[in-house]
Amino acid sequence: MPFIPHTEEDIAEMLAKIGANSIEELFDEIPPALKSGKLTRVPAGLTEMEITRLMLERAQADGFYSNFIGAGAYEHHIPAAVWQITTRGEFYSSYTPYQAEASQGTLQLLYEFQTMMASLTGMDVSNASLYDGASALAEAALMAVRQHKTSRRILIPKTAHPNYRKVLRAIVSNQQIEVVEIPFCEESGQVLVEQIEQFGQEEFAALVIPQPNFFGVLEQVDALTNWAHQKNALVIAVVNPMSLALLTPPGEWGDRGADIAVGEGQPLGIPLSSGGPYFGFMTCKDELVRQMPGRIIGRTVDLDNKPGFVLTLQAREQHIRRSKATSNICTNQGLMVTAATIYMSLLGPDGLRRVAAQSHANTLSLVEKLEKLPGVKKTFSAPFFHEAAITLPGPVAEILQALKAQHILGGLSLDEFYPGQGNTLLVCATETKTKADLDRYVDVLGQILKK
Amino acid sequence: MLIFEHSRPGRRNYSQAPITEAEKSNIPKNLLRKSPPLLPEVSEMDTVRHYTRLSQKNFSIDTEFYPLGSCTMKYNPRACNSLAMLPQFLARHPLAPEDTGQGFMACMYELQEILKDVTGMAGVSLTPMAGAQGELIGVMMIRAYHEARGDTQRTEIIIPDAAHGTNPATAVMCGYKVVEIATDKEGDVDMDALKAAVGPQTAGLMLTNPSTLGVFEKNVSEMSRIVHEAGGLLYYDGANLNAVLGKVKPGDMGFDVIHINLHKTFSTPHGGGGPGAAPVGVAERLLPYLPIPTVAKTEKGDYRWLTEKDLPKSIGRLSAHMGNAGVLLRAYIYVRLLGFDGMHRISEFATLNANYLMARLSEAGFEIAYPTRRASHEFIVTLKEIKDRTGVTAMNLAKRLLDKGYHAPTTYFPILVPECLLIEPAETESKETLDAFVAAMKEILVEIKEQPDMVKGAPHNMPLRKLDDVKAARELDLTWKPAS
Repeated sequence: MPFIPHTEEDIAEMLAKIGANSIEELFDEIPPALKSGKLTRVPAGLTEMEITRLMLERAQADGFYSNFIGAGAYEHHIPAAVWQITTRGEFYSSYTPYQAEASQGTLQLLYEFQTMMASLTGMDVSNASLYDGASALAEAALMAVRQHKTSRRILIPKTAHPNYRKVLRAIVSNQQIEVVEIPFCEESGQVLVEQIEQFGQEEFAALVIPQPNFFGVLEQVDALTNWAHQKNALVIAVVNPMSLALLTPPGEWGDRGADIAVGEGQPLGIPLSSGGPYFGFMTCKDELVRQMPGRIIGRTVDLDNKPGFVLTLQAREQHIRRSKATSNICTNQGLMVTAATIYMSLLGPDGLRRVAAQSHANTLSLVEKLEKLPGVKKTFSAPFFHEAAITLPGPVAEILQALKAQHILGGLSLDEFYPGQGNTLLVCATETKTKADLDRYVDVLGQILKK
Repeated sequence: MLIFEHSRPGRRNYSQAPITEAEKSNIPKNLLRKSPPLLPEVSEMDTVRHYTRLSQKNFSIDTEFYPLGSCTMKYNPRACNSLAMLPQFLARHPLAPEDTGQGFMACMYELQEILKDVTGMAGVSLTPMAGAQGELIGVMMIRAYHEARGDTQRTEIIIPDAAHGTNPATAVMCGYKVVEIATDKEGDVDMDALKAAVGPQTAGLMLTNPSTLGVFEKNVSEMSRIVHEAGGLLYYDGANLNAVLGKVKPGDMGFDVIHINLHKTFSTPHGGGGPGAAPVGVAERLLPYLPIPTVAKTEKGDYRWLTEKDLPKSIGRLSAHMGNAGVLLRAYIYVRLLGFDGMHRISEFATLNANYLMARLSEAGFEIAYPTRRASHEFIVTLKEIKDRTGVTAMNLAKRLLDKGYHAPTTYFPILVPECLLIEPAETESKETLDAFVAAMKEILVEIKEQPDMVKGAPHNMPLRKLDDVKAARELDLTWKPAS
């Protein structure tokens, strides 16, 4: 019996102690009419050897590609130590650290993570993570509405990740919160204060500012932050944590800094893995900490005055406050945060900066090379981080098919998210791409465009 | 020591990042960071040693018995992890074309089909990233169903007082008012309270069955009839599905929507608090509202994602991509290892272990909260009498168990049973482990009698003694700051 250690003798002794004749008798409180028959769509069990063979076949069928897709999930080198340590049984198979004295490893690691994320984003405090970047944005919007008190209106630019906008809408609409999408400048690819002025005439709780935005473009964060603050609204920054090794952290945007920063933690040591598990992060200013959802770790002392760590501010959470909690969230993404903390330790401030700088430089080189191909040009004029929109002379969908035949995933067609943008390609080259990779991409694309 | 205290300026790992810093840049100066973030400057060995040592300060399933009620701390098979981490699966981008991910998508499609069978539901979406998100999605579908029918007077969700805190928190997040109903002396939902609470304002009932009191709700069919006749829908919180897997299907009990905690019943790792995964299953009438994306099999036999275009009435998207795909792969591998007969055995041996442990602890002198009932896969011991007599609390006993090398059971939940320990010995634990746990509990009983103050001061053998939660909340210290 896979994973069940009981011998026949054990079973007999246990039933005798219970005073039952059979295991089936232990289910005698279930009304007989409800008992189900055999499972018909679950196949017979496999041995470890058989399942290994099956999974290897499926993995090999999927194969490897030279990947230039970004769009919210980024391929970075992950040092070997990250997942070897993360998958140690003591991290992998432990529970949420409710019993602090038996969970100091996880608790201290989370405290270190909070310190790293608060510093990376330039904010005062961090929670111990949320599900993913998109749901973290939705939680930030709910938090901003709780804090603002008089407005239930959130402004989010169309330059924010389209799927984040969908998730935001799906979650906050349950609480009669209005999500207003605001336009961007089609020439620069940025949100411009003068173009959004009209949206600020009515009160709003928060402005969402993505940096870099979905097109990879860098927004004018100082001007936007000050604009929202002048209107008495909060600023929610949606940031790529890798970019913050180079870019101004949200806590320093404008005159007062953003109020809440959220984002997708995946670039920090988490594999692409078909979209998950990743983790969302959230940091904020001190005065907002009691509105923050999710687990928060605090440092304290034990009876002997020795320093230690506990889950704190639990009075915000569902297991204490039930219907009055700040969120229904229960778990965080503990294991992913374990990996991210080890990743940030291994890279350090300098390593992280090198990864970010190389990713930026590679994308810049790729764009320059692509612009030399006939009919190819940058879509937007503003500077970008490590991803860029490119206008091609024909439909992107067909070109991507042809690239795929050469084992290159050439990027994302913007048409799916921005109807009418069928000739626009979103492309990303991280530090994992060599000069040879970039040259091959440009060569193959050149050949395809000639046809 | 914190990792930051190992840091020395200028120390770095040369193999882990590009050797030189790229100079090519077009980022305007005003957008550049002015001071570096506070990340440690440590060697690879420092990092490995530090985090290995931290891991050793944790209790885990791999190192200790973990009888944590309502959490189903069963063994996490190693093959599930190593096969889900095959390099091709890890490298696959979520927005990569469908034809480059057919192997992965086949696993997802088959998992959907398996979960439909196990739960008796008509459709499944794998996207929810945790139990609480599964609940949110489930209640959103209930809401969408009523709204589509123009039935907008339904403003209340009924929840038993024994429910997990996530249930009422979820209902509120969905804009509902919570009506809590009581539990009777036998541990079942009080049927008179239910009848009194149900009406034209009822959107639905959220129920965990077996309940968090460790008993099967005998009147579930009657509850289903009452709620349905009033026009409400039934939500099944799958937290305790491990107890009835292969024995009874939530669909057959009349539930309209269910979430399944894969990190409990399907043995995906708890990971120190996530990532979880909690697919939702629905009955026929809620099919149009399932969250996207789901996986479909075409007539040609290949797999594709279904999105808004295919499911226009969907409640929408709740994750940036496809939920916790890697967790779903682990659950798929687990089900394939166990097969259909392994599914039945889960509930059989979880129930055998729970009833055996309950019988032995009762014999040892512990008071069982619902002694006339069968344990499902878990049961409750109450220390009320002990506390009244000696002042030793459930929390004191829990901490003393840590000293003896056992993770504590769930304490003070469900809140309606005073001084309670909710104990769940999963099916992967052997009789010897359960016997040794009983011996430890008996020792503590003697200690309570002979040295109650020692028990009240537990733990004594852990790296730290009892931690000061009050100080933690009053004098918030949430990030490390360098000495200036």
